[in-house]
Amino acid sequence: MLELTDYNVAYGQSDVIRNMNLSVGDEEIVAVLGRNGMGKTTLMKSLIGMIPSKSGTVALNGVDLVPLQSYERVGAGVGFVPQGRMIFSTMTVKENIETGLTSTGKNDIPEDLYVMFPVLKEMQHRRGGNLSGGQQQQLAIARALASNPSVLLLDEPTEGIQPSIIKEMARTLRTIRDQRKLSIIVSEQVLSFALDVADRILVIEKGNIVLDVPVEEADQATITRYLSV
Amino acid sequence: MFADYTMTELTSIFAMQGFAGLTLFSVFVLMALGLAIIFGQMGVINMAHGEFMILGAYTTYLTSNVFSSYLPESLYSLYFFVALILAFLAAGALGAFIEWAMIRHLYKRPLDTLLATWGLSLIMQQLYRTIFGPREVGVTLPDWLMGSIALTDMVEIPINGLFVMAITLVVAVGVGLTMQKSRLGKQTRAVVQNRPMASAVGINTARVDRLTFALGCGIAGIAGAAFTMIGSTGPTSGQLYIVDTFLVVVFGGASSLVGTIASAFTISQAQSTMEFFLSGSMAKVLTLLVVVGILMLRPQGLFSLKIRK
Ligand SMILES: Nc1ncnc2c1ncn2[C@@H]1O[C@H](COP(=O)(O)OP(=O)(O)OP(=O)(O)O)[C@@H](O)[C@H]1O
Ligand SMILES: [Mg+2]
Repeated sequence: MLELTDYNVAYGQSDVIRNMNLSVGDEEIVAVLGRNGMGKTTLMKSLIGMIPSKSGTVALNGVDLVPLQSYERVGAGVGFVPQGRMIFSTMTVKENIETGLTSTGKNDIPEDLYVMFPVLKEMQHRRGGNLSGGQQQQLAIARALASNPSVLLLDEPTEGIQPSIIKEMARTLRTIRDQRKLSIIVSEQVLSFALDVADRILVIEKGNIVLDVPVEEADQATITRYLSV
Repeated sequence: MFADYTMTELTSIFAMQGFAGLTLFSVFVLMALGLAIIFGQMGVINMAHGEFMILGAYTTYLTSNVFSSYLPESLYSLYFFVALILAFLAAGALGAFIEWAMIRHLYKRPLDTLLATWGLSLIMQQLYRTIFGPREVGVTLPDWLMGSIALTDMVEIPINGLFVMAITLVVAVGVGLTMQKSRLGKQTRAVVQNRPMASAVGINTARVDRLTFALGCGIAGIAGAAFTMIGSTGPTSGQLYIVDTFLVVVFGGASSLVGTIASAFTISQAQSTMEFFLSGSMAKVLTLLVVVGILMLRPQGLFSLKIRK
């Protein structure tokens, strides 16, 4: 499915992702945990092509992503929900989702997106910038799903969301995976969410994977130690 | 200054000057629309915008010549519609080419684009001089555009002016709909808001840039076609309009269609009405003063969207 080999990303001279090797399976949900500044966002942004990688390869279902620009990666099946949501705030909810349709060539928003996020249907004519944080998060996910990705990248989706909604978000993501048969990579700091949502837990530290376990074998105490400063 | 006129005279003066202002308004709106689209999309100030307009004017001139020399007389009345489309296509195609050849390499260097497009405007002026000669050319209006409608004894409204306004209205509505409803419009707005994110949801931003630049130039071409109805075309005619157009765009707030139209209206009306009573340059000075004053109070322009930042 998604394969990273000897993957390196740097800002100028400072290496942030170092020689990462990672393989994400079909319909697998992987949570990437790590403290602030350990390179989660850098990894996500480089996978969608917002920042270039330095060396190594990324292949999605056998397609080499490295030479592709962001929009071409979306066409190849990558969906991206950035940290901070980055919805188009002056555009309506409906228009925001429609931008996600670009790579599919379709004009109409598939009804199942609205079924999944009914609040977006209710608010479809409001400006995206006037939604609450939680609603914006749903919008960002719907926008990414509109392009029919085979792998969905979510960068800290729980940031600024209240605990009760976080539980629900984990359930929603698993439903999305089951319905759409896609893989999900989600970066996180909230351990309970990661344990709820993922099949597999990764911990990165200074750009390296230091722990890689199936969720059943994940030991909370060990992971907590990694996450505490 | 009003004391020398009777009340009825004053009313007709205002009506006539107001109307003359409306034709000016039309050209302003068309020019400003194109300029604002390009500026809003890629932050490029196209100093050659006036020359794209003149390309539209020359295209119209050529079309009218072809119609009068090669086609039966009965068809001449239609030449303007053909010219309008050709002017749009010619200016749009040149715009797409210039974006590809020049502008896209300069996106990260705003000052360089300013210089480069200014250089382009000089090159285009010289090309026009070489091809069409330094003398101004004009088109012969078909009969149905000649003459005027007499509203009262003193107030007459020229038909070509009305026609130019109708075209402007159609184009402005068309551009508004394109930006609001069409796919290109939505993609454009997404790119304007957040370029890297637009790409990350699947939008080919380079293509959107090229199409928007072409659209902006194409609209300038239409402005040029309209311009042939109210003035004659020379190699440097575009220069006269470019400064006023900048003024319109800045005053209206670069991201708002309604703002552009409102500001074009205010500026053209103010100038046209005052020109009758004061000298042309005095009218310009007053207009500028008012614009500067308002911009000091509202630096974002007349209109801007209200959303959470
Ligand atoms: N544009 C940039 N230029 C230079 N260094 C950067 C840039 N962006 C991030 N970094 C650095 O790269 C490292 C990783 O940052 P990154 O944003 O990927 O962390 P993160 O794991 O997402 O953190 P958080 O949990 O706070 O979101 C940090 O040390 C950061 O200072
Ligand atoms: Mg981050």
